[in-house]
Amino acid sequence: MTKNSRSLPPPLSVEHLSMRYHHKPVLTDVSFTIPEGKSIAIVGPNGAGKSTLLKGIMGLIPTMEGEVHFFGESLTKKRLSTAYVPQREEIDWDFPIKVLDVVLMGRHGHLKLWQRPSAIDYQIAEQALKDLQMWDFKDRQISQLSGGQQQRVFLARALAQQANLYLMDEPFAGVDVATEKAIIELFKNLKTQGKTIICVHHDLNTVGEYFDWIIFINARLVAAGPAEEVLTKDNLNKTYGGRLSLLNDLTEEMYRTKLNQAHDTD
Amino acid sequence: MEAFNLIQPASESAIWDNLLAFWRFEDMNVLWVLIGSILLGMSASVIGAFAFLRKRSLIGDALAHSALPGVMMAFLLFQTRDPLIMFLGAMTSSFIGFFLIDWLPKNTKIKPDAALAITLSFFFALGLMLLSYIQGLNIENKSGLDKILFGQAAAMTQDDIRLLGYVSVIILFTVGLFFQKLRLIAFNRGYAQTLGVSVKFYELLLALLIVMSVVVGLQLVGVVLMAAVLLTPIAAARFWSNELSHILILSSVLGALSAIISTQISYLAPAMPTGPWMVVSLSILFLLSLLFAPKKGLIKRYLEHKLLRQKVAEENILRTLYKLLERNQIDQKDFNQADIQSLRSVATEHLQKTLKHLCKKQLIESSARGFRMTEKGFELASLLTRRHRLWENYLNEHAELTPEQVHKQAERIEHILTESQEQQLQEELGNANFDPHGNQIPNQLKTQHRDGGKT
Repeated sequence: MTKNSRSLPPPLSVEHLSMRYHHKPVLTDVSFTIPEGKSIAIVGPNGAGKSTLLKGIMGLIPTMEGEVHFFGESLTKKRLSTAYVPQREEIDWDFPIKVLDVVLMGRHGHLKLWQRPSAIDYQIAEQALKDLQMWDFKDRQISQLSGGQQQRVFLARALAQQANLYLMDEPFAGVDVATEKAIIELFKNLKTQGKTIICVHHDLNTVGEYFDWIIFINARLVAAGPAEEVLTKDNLNKTYGGRLSLLNDLTEEMYRTKLNQAHDTD
Repeated sequence: MEAFNLIQPASESAIWDNLLAFWRFEDMNVLWVLIGSILLGMSASVIGAFAFLRKRSLIGDALAHSALPGVMMAFLLFQTRDPLIMFLGAMTSSFIGFFLIDWLPKNTKIKPDAALAITLSFFFALGLMLLSYIQGLNIENKSGLDKILFGQAAAMTQDDIRLLGYVSVIILFTVGLFFQKLRLIAFNRGYAQTLGVSVKFYELLLALLIVMSVVVGLQLVGVVLMAAVLLTPIAAARFWSNELSHILILSSVLGALSAIISTQISYLAPAMPTGPWMVVSLSILFLLSLLFAPKKGLIKRYLEHKLLRQKVAEENILRTLYKLLERNQIDQKDFNQADIQSLRSVATEHLQKTLKHLCKKQLIESSARGFRMTEKGFELASLLTRRHRLWENYLNEHAELTPEQVHKQAERIEHILTESQEQQLQEELGNANFDPHGNQIPNQLKTQHRDGGKT
């Protein structure tokens, strides 16, 4: 990766990140640095570890090795600058709650233990819903929303966090055309405010159009850089042409034997 | 200290007298037990709601069973029935059970459900062993211990009830205070974590509150059935509302109601354990909710479905009359049942019923010559036919289906298409005039700007 020469630390830098599920390696030695004010796609085949990478970055799944820095600091210091949008499928959409209450959850990082959202929090949530054309649905039960509307509620919730870095897990999955347009519009607005967006993305047809930057992964980092540079046939082949079985097998073997702990000249 | 005692009621009048005596609160103890059980019913159903929403419904059951050996050990060690000592003993062993259930799946290959089952039965067995051991000993006060298996309101002392009251109030107050955060974690745990909310703290708090409510509920409801008091109220309340705060209030009302019923019965018939009565009355409330809830109840859903079926049947007959009219060479406008049945296979009995409904709605008229559509009926029939044929065209263009399949699909879709969807279809299809079978698509009539005049 190129060194960031600017004085400001990058919104996100990942160094030598490795993750595993039991002894199976999911990600091995992934490093990259994200520039500010860009939209970035994480692309790779099914099971490549895209969502795992995002969860590892957000500290939702334990990592094996490696470090993640947000604006040069640890996540705990930069929580308020970072918003995460989980996959829609992770939620029970039958949960008895209204749209506005879901969006207000985005304010809870700013609230004390028992505090309830204040008038200002309500204003912020209102603006977030309006930005995604969901204000008319504020009193709807979430179970009555379509897939695209659910996604927009999740994005509004992240927007209400007023963060500088947004990490989204497949926001375009299974949404209607109107929502897709709304998301693209949102990305533009966020970028003009200098905010950074990182998305797990699965649609190769749109990745070049929707994103400035692409990170190709398949259990390891294949390439990362500006879309026009890295969106090449070679990188696509490397990413989608199957896993490197030798790399996987030997890494698994290493985890099983706990070799990484036995080796002291690390 | 001595439990309130009533002679087993011998006749109906005795039961009546006892009931009156109960509600006159002649014995202050009655009032206290009633208040205590209402508070427990409320707090248990509120805290149980969060276990239910987090899909951890069985945890309450496991914790209640885990409390049993703790109670017995506390009694063995201190040889007293002091409520606070019993409470602490039960809390300790419940928490050991809780951590075991949490630890096993994280550190071994045992899955959470198995961890729950194993812990539950082990602790319960241990408790039963200790109980039979105690009963063989020569210790004072041991007589009421077995009551915590199924609960006995009438056997509770003032001290028991005071503790129960305090704990219940603490639970209700804490849930009220942390409602927003508890809801956030129940809805989306991972997201709460990314916000920096200390999920671990709230989960521990929730576990503590559940353990506390289970433990104080033991004497009233008993080890075996405590889970039902935690879960049945929220399960019933879920049918009535979609707003969590309303659901919580309603489930606490249901919890209180069942507490009143069962406590009363425990006094009228002291041989009856309270727990089963509480659970049975809760289950009846659940059943009533399941059947009669205004939006999600089974009866409402059945009626809605019946209405839909009737509407579809009527619309189908209108469509058939329209087709008959269309195919007809001579200027005939009246058709009999045989004509209709020649185009659409429908049982005679069913057809007659549907025709009667259509007559009532003045969509068709009946005369000696047969049935004829009224103007209103014709409008609706041509609207439905248009939607049917538009949909056929749309499918024909966008899906690889045979004309037969296309027709079958359109037969269903025609009943649910709305005016705006119809407009959308028309625009996309560029005002086609004929369907894939070569039939003309009826034009939109001027009067049809409202949504089809459907009822």
